[in-house]
Amino acid sequence: MKVAHDIATPGPLAEALDVSKIRADFPILKQKVHGKPLVYLDNGATSQKPQIVIDALNRYYSTENSNIHRGVHFLSERATAGYEAARQKIKSFVNARSEQEIIFVRGTTEAINLVAQSYGRTFLKKGDEIIVSAMEHHSNIVPWQMLCEQIGARLRVIPINHDGELVLDEYRRLLGEKTKLVSVTHVSNALGTIVPVKDIVRLAHERNVPVLLDGAQAVPHLKVDVQELACDFYAFSGHKLFGPTGVGILYGRSELLDAMPPYQGGGDMISLVTFEKTHYNVLPYKFEAGTPHIAGGIGLAAAIDYLAGLDWERVAAHEHDLLAYATSALSSIEGLRIIGTAREKVGVISFVFDHVHAHDVGTILDQEGVAVRAGHHCAMPVMQRFGVPATTRASFALYNTREEIDVLVRGIHRALKVFK
Amino acid sequence: MSELDELYQEVILDHNRSPRNYRAMANANRKAQGYNPLCGDHVTVYLDLEEGVIKDISFQGSGCAISKASASLMTAELKGKTEAEAKELFENVHKMLTGESNKNGPQGGRGVGKLTILSGVCKFPARVKCASLAWHTVNSALKGGEAVASTE
Ligand SMILES: Cc1ncc(COP(=O)(O)O)c(C=O)c1O
Repeated sequence: MKVAHDIATPGPLAEALDVSKIRADFPILKQKVHGKPLVYLDNGATSQKPQIVIDALNRYYSTENSNIHRGVHFLSERATAGYEAARQKIKSFVNARSEQEIIFVRGTTEAINLVAQSYGRTFLKKGDEIIVSAMEHHSNIVPWQMLCEQIGARLRVIPINHDGELVLDEYRRLLGEKTKLVSVTHVSNALGTIVPVKDIVRLAHERNVPVLLDGAQAVPHLKVDVQELACDFYAFSGHKLFGPTGVGILYGRSELLDAMPPYQGGGDMISLVTFEKTHYNVLPYKFEAGTPHIAGGIGLAAAIDYLAGLDWERVAAHEHDLLAYATSALSSIEGLRIIGTAREKVGVISFVFDHVHAHDVGTILDQEGVAVRAGHHCAMPVMQRFGVPATTRASFALYNTREEIDVLVRGIHRALKVFK
Repeated sequence: MSELDELYQEVILDHNRSPRNYRAMANANRKAQGYNPLCGDHVTVYLDLEEGVIKDISFQGSGCAISKASASLMTAELKGKTEAEAKELFENVHKMLTGESNKNGPQGGRGVGKLTILSGVCKFPARVKCASLAWHTVNSALKGGEAVASTE
């Protein structure tokens, strides 16, 4: 068998990232699973958390816990300051113009639903068209289908080619008089494809059509600058970015957010309530009804601090090395077919065998301590496009190593032995 | 035997490779589809049910080794059984898969005949739904109509 060792050694940049130091920051990675060292390759589902994020949550609940924007007391002021400082950090992280454009939500899913219901129900009408792509996560399909049902709009789908890349010519053809919104993923969770979102945005803007980008899988791997991307909305989840679950971000251009009605009603999103009329609060609070995940926001800011302390060029080089190494190692396994071979990819490898189901591969890998995802990855249309029921997906983060990929490869050989 | 070997026993691998009664049935009078939304496995079960007896049973679908072998073993076991017997078997199999019947003794799977071969599944909670998909589906076929069963 051909194993991955005969690949060229990494360049100086890749060696420069001190991965063992990074690994030491993530306590969960020290764990054993079924008696084997944990090899966590399910980062696309959720990433692990560095100690400073765990400490931030701990500190918040131990010393600052209070409700925000409503108390006059010491703790409430501290909690409010912490939460708003987090918003500032996130604003800088994605380079928004103002912190008013940063709305805390539960995650990518809620962010997209917010835009569908608030923007969509206000500015779209019967006969209008919404464009998504064939590689969307269900959370960037279903909210639009719900909207279409509510208002009689129509969903159009940009096809993907055999490598899992968007067919831009088809996108150009789909863009038309009726197009009122484009919502596509920045990076595909099932295929790893990096979508040329700048082209997507430019072509839509030529027709004054706003664009939402689903950045759930992009933010952990790519530097995101919403002004440079020129998108109108950008959504992502904290938990895939080394932060806590239950918190995410919707970035929106303030002109659009200002024109949109609130998504949910309740406390914090109002400025004056009488039974005759309610006045809504200013941005971003208009979209933040109820007590939010305060600790989550603060934890997410800690994750961003953590990332800010790393050299992104080295991280990118390391992740690129992992992808190249794993692609080569997996390709040399007989019968293994990689689904998603786009030229521009992040560290996500989906693969199938003709005679071994992804689920069985996943169970056998788990026995080796290797955590991968097996299934349709909430992207059933992608599975249909490639004619497979499911794939096994290994998705890498900055703390993964070549040695872990070797363990993955050995585990796959073990699965093949069971199903010889 | 390791837990993994117990899960993937030779009989199971054999039923996965060459599933029994794997075909559509033209003269089926009952048919149901089963779907596991978690992993995308799906199965169609066909029945020729006459006077409460399963005269013939077959299945088609796509899924992992566990779901395919379980469906194959199920069809072999259910052929010739009455509706009532099938339901009893369903309950016993379910208890075995979820580990409930193991509580009273070391060897799971009382009253399930050859299906004890699937008892290793109870050590893999994530796979219980794979093994029970065909059973949920046959259950809904027995209830009648063109139902869609789901493991959720
Ligand atoms: C591309 C993409 N979009 C959206 C989501 C949904 O994110 P969440 O479940 O955190 O709302 C995911 C998560 O898997 C994803 O990968």
